[in-house]
Order: sequence, then C-alpha cells, then structure tokens
Amino acid sequence: MSTSSSPISQQESNPTLSESDLKMQSKASFNLGIYAKRKRTNIIGLSLSMTAMTIGLVFLLWILVILFFKGFSSFSLDLLMQKTPGPDSEGGGLGNAILGSLMIVISCTLISTPIGVLAGIYLSEYGKTSHFSDVTRFLNDIMLSAPSIVIGLFVYALIVVNAKHFSGWAGTVALTLIAIPVVVRTTENMLSLVPVSLREAAFALGAPKWKVSFSVVLKAARSGVMTGILLALARVSGETAPLLFTALNNPFFSFDMNAPMANLPVVIFQFAMSPYQNWVDLAWGGALLITLAVLGLNVLARVYFREKVAN
Amino acid sequence: MTASTLNPLEQSNNNQLKRLKIQRWQDYLFEKATLLFATTTLLALLGIIISLIISAWPALSTFGISFFYTIEWDIINSEFGGMIAIFGTLVTALIAILLAVPLSFGIAVFLTEICPKQLRRPLGTAVELLAAVPSIIYGMFGLFIFAPLFAEYVQPVLAATLGQLPLLGILFTGAFNGIGILAAGLILAMMILPFIASVMRDVFEIVPPILKESAYGLGCTTWEVVTRIVLPYTKGGVVGGIMLGLGRALGETMAVTFVIGNAHKLSPSLFSPGNSIASTLANEFGEAEPGLHYSSLFALGLALFIITFVVLSLAKWMLIRAEAKKGMQS
Repeated sequence: MSTSSSPISQQESNPTLSESDLKMQSKASFNLGIYAKRKRTNIIGLSLSMTAMTIGLVFLLWILVILFFKGFSSFSLDLLMQKTPGPDSEGGGLGNAILGSLMIVISCTLISTPIGVLAGIYLSEYGKTSHFSDVTRFLNDIMLSAPSIVIGLFVYALIVVNAKHFSGWAGTVALTLIAIPVVVRTTENMLSLVPVSLREAAFALGAPKWKVSFSVVLKAARSGVMTGILLALARVSGETAPLLFTALNNPFFSFDMNAPMANLPVVIFQFAMSPYQNWVDLAWGGALLITLAVLGLNVLARVYFREKVAN
Repeated sequence: MTASTLNPLEQSNNNQLKRLKIQRWQDYLFEKATLLFATTTLLALLGIIISLIISAWPALSTFGISFFYTIEWDIINSEFGGMIAIFGTLVTALIAILLAVPLSFGIAVFLTEICPKQLRRPLGTAVELLAAVPSIIYGMFGLFIFAPLFAEYVQPVLAATLGQLPLLGILFTGAFNGIGILAAGLILAMMILPFIASVMRDVFEIVPPILKESAYGLGCTTWEVVTRIVLPYTKGGVVGGIMLGLGRALGETMAVTFVIGNAHKLSPSLFSPGNSIASTLANEFGEAEPGLHYSSLFALGLALFIITFVVLSLAKWMLIRAEAKKGMQS
C-alpha cells in the first residue's frame, strides 16, 4: 500500500520545496536509476528470448524446407512401386522398403496395443498406490527414453543369436519394446482422467470390476488411448537404430517375416551413407516419406485428442 | 438340499450365486492378466541389463574395469577399451546441452510470457511436432547440408577467434572438415532443442497464475517474473526436462553417426572426427566377429545403458518432485 501511495504524496508536496522534499527528490532519482536498470534488463532478457525463438524456428524450418526440396525431386510413382536399385543404376524405388516398414510397424502395433493398454489398466485401476506399480511406472518412464540402439542389442542377443539369422520378427519385437512404454504411459494418464463418479455409477448397477474397467472407463477414455497408440506408431515409424541389427535389410520384395526384411529407415541410412548419387537421391525421397508419415500421425493424434476435449 | 426340493425363489438365488461366482472368476482373471502385462515392462528392463552383462562378460573379464578408461581400440590385435567412445558420447552430449538449454529456455519464455495469445498455440504445436521428427532426418541434414556450410563459413571463424585464446584455443584447431565432434554436438543440440523447449513450456504453465499476477501487481517486469517467480517455482521440473534432453542426447544414434566422422581417435580438438558409443555400435556391430570385438561392443552398450539409466532416473526423480509441488498447490 505504502509503495503505491508514495508517488502521489511526492507530487502533492512538490510545490513547497522544503529540505525533506529535496531529500525525497534525490531518493526518487535514485529509484529512477534502479527503474531504468530493471527496464534495461527486462528488454535485454526478452529480446534474447525472442532471438532464441527466431534461431530455433529458423533452424527447424531450414531442415524442413531442405527436406521437402530435396525429397520432392525424387518423388514419383516408381519410388512407391519399384524395388531398391543397385548402385549407379537407373530407376528403382523404395517399394520393398515401404512394404517391409509397413509390415513391421503394423505387427508391432498389433502386439504392443493390447499389452500396453492392459498394463495401463492395471496401473490405473488396480495398482493405483502399490509399491509394485510405483516401480513399474518409474521403470516404464525410463524405458520411454532409453537409448533405442541398446534395445536393438538386447533383441539381437535374445532372438537373432538364437535363431541364427536376422528377421522381420526380431525388428518387430525391438519396435514393440519401444512402443509399449508410450502406450502404457498415455493409457494410464487418460484412464485416471475419467471421473470416479462414472466408475461408482457402474459399480452401483452391479457391474463387476473388469466390466467397469473395460466397458466403462476404457470406453470413456477411448480417444485419449487412441492418441497414445498413434503417438507410439509415430515414434516407432522413424526408429532406425533398433532395426540395424534385427531386421537388417533385403534388396527384394519379401513377405516373409522370418527372413531379413527391407525397411525404410535402414535403407535411408545405408543409401545416405553411400557414395552413389542415385542412392542418396532415393534416401532423400525416403526421408521425406517418413517425415510426412510421422508428422501426419502426430497431427492425427492431436485431432483425436482435441475431439475428446471438445466433448 | 437337493435340487428337487428347491422352491423357485431359492432356485433364482442359486443362479445368482453362480453368476456371482463366474463374475468373481472373471474379475480375478482380468486383474491377473493386466498384472502380467504390467510386469512385462519390468521384465524387459531386467532382461536388457542381464543380457547385456552376459554378452559383455568375456570383454569385461578379459580387460577388467580398465576397459572403461583404456584408449586402445585395435580390432586386429584384439585390444579393446571404451575410452574414445565414452568420451565422444559425453562431449557431444555436453556441447548439445550447453547450446540447447539457453535457447530452449528462451523459447519457453517466449511461448509462455511474450507470445501473443493467438500465436501461442500454433507455435507451441510447431515446436512439439518438430520434437517428433525422426532423428535420421537430423543426421542427413547434418551430413549433406550443415557440414559443408559449417566447414566453409563457421569453422574458419571459430579458429580465428576462439582458436586464438590461450587455453581454450586448442579446442578449435585442426582441419576444417565440417564433420567431427563439434558438428555432432551442434546437430544434437538442434535435435533436443524442441524437446527440452516443450518440456520447459509445460512446467512453466503449471505456475499458478496468482503468483505471477501478484508479482506483476507489485510492479515486477516480465523478466523479473520469469527469473524470480517462474524459475524458482519450476526449478525441479526444468532440471528434470534438461536431464531428459541429456538422456536423449547421450543415447542418440542416427543424428550422431552421420556427422561425428566415425574415427577411433582421441584428439583435444573439437574439429577432429571422433566416435560415440552409439555410432561405434551402429558402424561396427554388423561386421563384428563373435569373440572379444563383439563382446566389447556389448560392454560399450552396457556402459551407455548405465549412463542413460542414471541420468534418466535423476530426471524422473526431479520431475516427480516438481509434480508433487503442483499437487500440493491445488
């Protein structure tokens, strides 16, 4: 209160110049100095922050513009239909890699969705406060950002060594291990947003707990859970490192998940690192495809989630 | 009691009991099924650690603990030490964090305090979407676009200015290749920038508006509100977000492999090519013969996993504490 009233009293007492007023004036000019300094700091800080935003946006837009520019020049129907060409040869596309990626990612989604959703139901409905769930939650969050190449190593030691060959299934398992934590986390978060009264109403009607969890709570949180699945899908579609030692690569069209399988990220990696111009061009085309797919899935997940919020 | 003596009422009671019993069974089965799947996460993590230790054991028992600080990486003579790769991983991640943290702090401040309301959402979404771009894209961008420009324009300038400093100068000497440890750190910084920025923005948004309004009411400037109210309040969350970014930078494979140069050399200069754990694995694992080389690569993987595990645990712990604070307020 006193700070806000002091300037007014100063102004009022200005006409009569007494000693105390002079003192006050010198004090006021001192305050003015601090004020100017604070203002300066504020302007510097805020402009630095705006510069940071500009730098960030410029770099990231630069990446996207380059990607679109380079990627579109190799876009054609052949890119989607033809198999990967030899070095320095005409034509060819990424058809087998796209097919392999689709098969691996789809089977990964089919496996990780039920596991992740059920584990999420456990954490949210059964083990809300137990120590076991706390530990699971903690480790799940660590798995969420564990280095994906280490997961590749694990699957190599577990499956590829025992089967003695690389395979699409091994790649699927590696991606599943990456996708499950994403699904678990979002499912649990979304289920805990469902109001308790909804559960109580169902219990009061005599529904058993599993029915409440499955047909009431999960149904109410449907779009949120769907968002999690889409985000997991987006995450695994761009993963390269775990596929290097598991699915490997295959220059031909193959539907056999038990054999090495071509997939988009590994093909991009090998082609981009090669000295052949036609391979590098194809790698840019593949990079654009994969980015469009990942960003598309993210946008889809957002739209899904917004609908839920609107409801 | 036999079935023939039951009256209709008792019979319906009996049916209900039966149904209840079935439901109890279903409940039991459902709970155990969900529990089983919840355990898979635990088992996966344990499995990863155990399988890494088993596969790394030959190398660890041959070289002992000195594996982690031996520089030698000689495939022909089967002499292996992880020092170069561990050093590369730590240095690139450090460069990335040093560059990305101030920038993402600026972006988060911009998005929460300065940005006009209408732009807040689209810009925030753009940052989040960029955090989702696959890392291989950053790697390709780094190799084909960034590295040539970096070698032509940035490295000579750095060598002429920072390279002349008495002690730090040695960091900025050497040939202008474009690729190398510094370039890898820069690309990593670009990659984790949107990630850290979106975590920071999220924690900045949990600051109760009443705190900020009180500060503004007392006449604080925006900068003072950010540094004296928002930052102290969200300290734990901000550090947690930074550690999450650090975890990403340490474990990143693709963005680094493209630009680090993949040379097994230890050099004081940041311009020289090097190797990180992840890039060594990506490059050599495919060709490794079963034996010491193969097992040494697993030992490197184990080292990476332990480093990131520690960093991520710290991050998680700090974020949990930040969350608890938020819970206390509401």
